[in-house]
Amino acid sequence: MRTLAIPAVALVLASGLSIPLAAQQRYLSSDVEAGSRLYRNNCFACHGPEGNSIPGVDFRRGQFKRVSTDDDLFRVIVNGVPGTSMPPTSVNDAARLALVAYIRSLHDSATSAAGSGDAARGKILFEGKGTCLTCHRVNGKGSRVAPDLTEVGAIRTAEYLERSILAPNESILPEHRVVRAVTRQGAVITGRRLNEDTHTIQLIDQDEHLRSLDKSELKEYTLLTTSSMPSYQGKFSSAELADIVTYLLSLKGVE
Amino acid sequence: MTKPILMTTFLTLAAVPGAVFGQVTWDRLLHAEREPQNWLTYSGNNNAQRYSTLSQISRDNAKNLEMQWVYQARSLEKFEATPLVVDGVMYLTEAPNTVLALDAKTGATFWVYEYRPSADARPCCGAVNRGVAILGDTLFMGTIDAHLVAIDAKAGRPIWNIQVGDPKLGYSVTHAPLVVKDKVIVGVAGAEYGIRGFIAAYDAATGKEVWRFNTIPGPGEPGHETWTGDSWQHGGGSAWITGSYDPSLNMVYWGVGNPGADWNADNRKGDNLYSDCAIALDADTGKLKWYFQFTPHDEYDYDAVQIPVLVDANWKGSPRKMMMWANRNGFFYVLDRTNGKFLYGTPFTKQTWAVGLDEAGRPIRAPNSSPTPQGTLVYPGVQGGTNWYSPSYSPRTGLFYISTWVDYYMNVAKMPAEYTEGQRYTGGAPRSPVPTLQRGPINTWTAENGSGEVLAVDPNTGEKKWQFKMTDVTGSGILTTASDVVFSGGREGFFYALDARNGTMLWKAALGGQVASGPITYRVDGKQYVAVAAGHALFTFALRQ
Repeated sequence: MRTLAIPAVALVLASGLSIPLAAQQRYLSSDVEAGSRLYRNNCFACHGPEGNSIPGVDFRRGQFKRVSTDDDLFRVIVNGVPGTSMPPTSVNDAARLALVAYIRSLHDSATSAAGSGDAARGKILFEGKGTCLTCHRVNGKGSRVAPDLTEVGAIRTAEYLERSILAPNESILPEHRVVRAVTRQGAVITGRRLNEDTHTIQLIDQDEHLRSLDKSELKEYTLLTTSSMPSYQGKFSSAELADIVTYLLSLKGVE
Repeated sequence: MTKPILMTTFLTLAAVPGAVFGQVTWDRLLHAEREPQNWLTYSGNNNAQRYSTLSQISRDNAKNLEMQWVYQARSLEKFEATPLVVDGVMYLTEAPNTVLALDAKTGATFWVYEYRPSADARPCCGAVNRGVAILGDTLFMGTIDAHLVAIDAKAGRPIWNIQVGDPKLGYSVTHAPLVVKDKVIVGVAGAEYGIRGFIAAYDAATGKEVWRFNTIPGPGEPGHETWTGDSWQHGGGSAWITGSYDPSLNMVYWGVGNPGADWNADNRKGDNLYSDCAIALDADTGKLKWYFQFTPHDEYDYDAVQIPVLVDANWKGSPRKMMMWANRNGFFYVLDRTNGKFLYGTPFTKQTWAVGLDEAGRPIRAPNSSPTPQGTLVYPGVQGGTNWYSPSYSPRTGLFYISTWVDYYMNVAKMPAEYTEGQRYTGGAPRSPVPTLQRGPINTWTAENGSGEVLAVDPNTGEKKWQFKMTDVTGSGILTTASDVVFSGGREGFFYALDARNGTMLWKAALGGQVASGPITYRVDGKQYVAVAAGHALFTFALRQ
């Protein structure tokens, strides 16, 4: 079985071509997110944050030396490239799949219109016209009511970010859902869910208070599937939207 | 209520002085039910019902349970061990392969034996151990580098140590051995590395191999025809949970794991025997007496690595020797354990890979349910409707209790499968919003992820009598007692006492770490204890006095 892989790699090696990685497989957003963390631990040091630190390899441009298919990429991750500084990686198949998903997402983000704006202009729009810091937080600035976006560029694609801004209800993730609870006394409590188990729920409320509720003391309890964020459809021009998405993609977290 | 029960217990104990404190002979193991104060085997006794006749802790007083002592492990691995208790001494293992003798009443340590596994060990899913077996004054432990070690139960010193498989090829032993007569029986893990699995019996005195049953038949052996090409050589079929034994039939029962590669079956056309089977072996020779395959040509990693639970009861009005089995594939089965005949089967949780079972119990596969490179949505997910966590059968309620993953799915992507020695050989990636081995991000749980429950099933009808629902899933074993109390836990870190008749919660303790072990109960000096590992510690409880 192993010998089957060699001719394919050898062929690409011999041709010396840089071949964009073709879209072959539909990946899940959870794969991309898992892949981003694996990338940071396993690949970042050599390939760099933008995936272009190795000459001749540029993940954002889909440029590779030795692979053309996803399967090739899996094999390179598993076996490394003998004679180069690319080592074998002992991660399981799910992790390898996540890495490929993330590497492909870099290309998707870079080539999408949404990710081709101006990050500096995007920052001004984000903090000004968009009033995004009213709910979100970036690098210690803004509110904690909505998710902190300090590393959002490392874990989300341009496509996803654009969709979140235009149609928040369609893209809200489970970890960002809002709880609406009514106590037996009739008090209504809403906030972003932080944790939940069979008996209790923890949340951060609109005043940034951390609260823990006992489910047996609640009259009603709903995990909302809609987002409390308004849609920005029609509020930004497409150029402004691209600037904001590009700014968000530039947010790689606290190093 | 408490006082009279304690008095009765004391009088009973006083009436049989000197009944214990001897070697754990085969006769004692054979009749473990005669000494409910002890927990002599992984599942409590040979029929593996994980049912105890102790009744001091009852439905009425379970609310008065309180912590007695805690053993804090140094290991941060998952704590999957079931301890043994022999005449007031608890034998516990801590990951990866440390054995401890503790005072079962106080938790004080008598001795510690630390086995250091080779760096070549590569257990697929955690460097874990699920416990020891005992015979005479000797404990037996399988190790993650595929050794079997005999240890002096009094001194905590090794007596013999043999290698049962090559850890560099992915072989390991994670389960508690099973003692039958003068033999110690173990199976190997490692299907994710393309091992060829086996179950083997070793002489308890010397460690010499007495018999070996290859779970993947080689050329010339029956069942070999269910593999294509040389796929059998890396066909998996590991056996990583303890079996059970019927002395009346002299049969050892064991569950066999998935075929390799897990999610890419292109190279292994056929049923791939004896992967995903319940097998019955002659206890003296290891010869196959019968098999029943739950998931032929498995493409989902639906190991039949569950505890074979043996039940003698009426079936359709006549007494029958049965085997009850809630399988990782989502179906609950009742088999005739004299011959492996299928008596009954029904899904106990949502499953989409089969449209049902035929008259012989063989699944009828659903169309378009095979893994594809693009990903295929399948219920249950890779951890199954249940997994290795011990179920329980209570002869009092007649119910079978299952730790169940409800509405749980995977999106399984098929990938190339190429065998390389010592490397993973799985051929795919199952993705699920539910983390596989431990609780993941704490706030991602939604109804779409599914949930966990303790499920009580009437084995005669498949009817779900009650469900105790949890938000997160559960990897906990289940214990039932003669006072109709069910003990179990879950991944959220709660440990529960439930009413065995209706699932009402009687008591709970927040242990702060997932329960991924099987609870046990025992008695010392007239007091009934319940012990369970959670997080990185073992907790014991008894009634407040």
